[in-house]
Amino acid sequence: MSDTLDDDKPTRRDFLYITTGAFGVVGAASVAWPLIDQLNPDASVKAVSTIEVDISSIEPGSFLKVAWRGKPIYIRRRTTEEIAEAEKDDNLNLPDPQKDIDRVQKKEWLVVVGVCTHLGCIPIANQGEYEGWFCPCHGSHYDISGRIRKGPAPTNLEVPPYEFVSDSLIKIG
Amino acid sequence: MDTDYKYEPKNGLTRWLDSRLPLMRFTSEHVLQFPTPKNLNYFWTFGFILTMCLVTQIITGIILAMHYAPSTLLAFDSVEHIMRNVNYGWLIRYMHSNGASMFFLAVFIHMFRGLYYGSYKEPREVIWILGCIIYLLMIVTAFMGYVLPWGQMSFWGATVIINLVGTLPLIGESLTQMLLGGFAVDNPTLNRFFSLHYLLPFIIFGVVLLHIWALHVPGNNNPVGLSVQGKQDTVSFHPYYTVKDFFAYTVFLLLFCYFIFYNPNALGHADNYIEADAMVTPAHIVPEWYLLPFYAILRAVPDKLAGVLLMFGAIAVLFFLPWLDTAKVRSGRYRPIFRYFYVLFVIDCLILGYLGAQVPEGIYLFLSRVTTIYYFAFFLLVLPVLGRIEKVKPMPIGISNSELSTDMVAAE
Repeated sequence: MSDTLDDDKPTRRDFLYITTGAFGVVGAASVAWPLIDQLNPDASVKAVSTIEVDISSIEPGSFLKVAWRGKPIYIRRRTTEEIAEAEKDDNLNLPDPQKDIDRVQKKEWLVVVGVCTHLGCIPIANQGEYEGWFCPCHGSHYDISGRIRKGPAPTNLEVPPYEFVSDSLIKIG
Repeated sequence: MDTDYKYEPKNGLTRWLDSRLPLMRFTSEHVLQFPTPKNLNYFWTFGFILTMCLVTQIITGIILAMHYAPSTLLAFDSVEHIMRNVNYGWLIRYMHSNGASMFFLAVFIHMFRGLYYGSYKEPREVIWILGCIIYLLMIVTAFMGYVLPWGQMSFWGATVIINLVGTLPLIGESLTQMLLGGFAVDNPTLNRFFSLHYLLPFIIFGVVLLHIWALHVPGNNNPVGLSVQGKQDTVSFHPYYTVKDFFAYTVFLLLFCYFIFYNPNALGHADNYIEADAMVTPAHIVPEWYLLPFYAILRAVPDKLAGVLLMFGAIAVLFFLPWLDTAKVRSGRYRPIFRYFYVLFVIDCLILGYLGAQVPEGIYLFLSRVTTIYYFAFFLLVLPVLGRIEKVKPMPIGISNSELSTDMVAAE
């Protein structure tokens, strides 16, 4: 190499190294992304991520269990007594405090994801100490508003995004 | 290890090959004539047994993949098809499913041996870490394999374990969806698990080669824990240890065959013969027996995230073992107090395994907390402190010299 070159000064070769390296990294990343993104939910999975449910056949005091995104959804038509009971407990010292009114759009209809917030089991309806749901896996008790009352589950049963299309039709998702 | 023995090609053909591809030289110097401490006991045969386990799993697995269909619609039926229609399919599947259990049984003995005789200590830290990586890969592989029959326990085991990822703050939910390829365990999950379950054993095989490579630099540890001082301390691997290893493997096969032929479902769960149903949860979700201690640790804590971190911590702590144990003496034989803590630790792991299968309430919950605390205390408190205060017993001055010395450094 020539002795006249100043070592501190960036050379043309340094520039070439850095730009080549940078292009290489960007190129590798742009190839890597499709390889990673293919793991994410695909179009066919996303396409069925919204369902419509006819709720006209549900009698007061009973419920319907439907599948949404591979998980069960409980649509429960509550009686006046059940609503009163849920509201009565609003101000108790709950593990995950939430008022009943904040968990429903219409008081009569409770819509919750039937997946225990503990480790993902499916709680059984109309069972447990609070007559709401009971998870057989590790003994979590939920009340008539789907709120956790006793057991290892940390939070209330999740309320999915939904809307009433009409009085007899609910769109979930 | 510096081998005194050097390979000499005997004829023209081997000389010709040796200067082009020294395969015969490698085999001779690193397998057949490899100098091995002459005092190894039967606990040292599990390296070979584990290699055979891996080979068995790969061969039976490749065959099963010829008959299995990785689709939620077909998976369960194709496994039954293997059991009922494929010639000897029942045998090959039972070899594979029980083989996984035998693999873990052997790896636990192998790891507890290393723990007792200080095989992770300087200069063998890298061997131990590579071993931990193999163990981690084995857990992931076994977990994915258990999902493939698409039974109830497959499905719900996968649901519970993948939901653990969801407890991570911020990225939890999107990471869970990325792993699942959807919003719940479904066809995309099954397909990718099949793909990775097929791949990972070959990765394990690669890490095993590194593990053995790293082993062949310092050579084997041995029951007295002293370094080899010369030729008088070693014998050639063949025939001394090839024969010993094969004998031990034969005995091991007796147990393996007992399970395959007389009790093939003893280690599984009856619920896995019910096809996966996303709408019904089995009453008790339990993982395979070899994951139970970690499951117990997971459920010992009331907080979900803390439980998850502790469970991963229980494996992560193993990687730091070479630096947590401050004792210079390798073998537990000469560490009178360590021995008690060690035995207690083995019992602790067994109890954790038992508790992992119980409902975490009442006395079981209390016990799983006590045993979880001891599990971590053993690594983070006992080993660091004990090495500094323990007075070691008199040791022989060499593998071939039973004269005693209390000065370990002099013995080295």
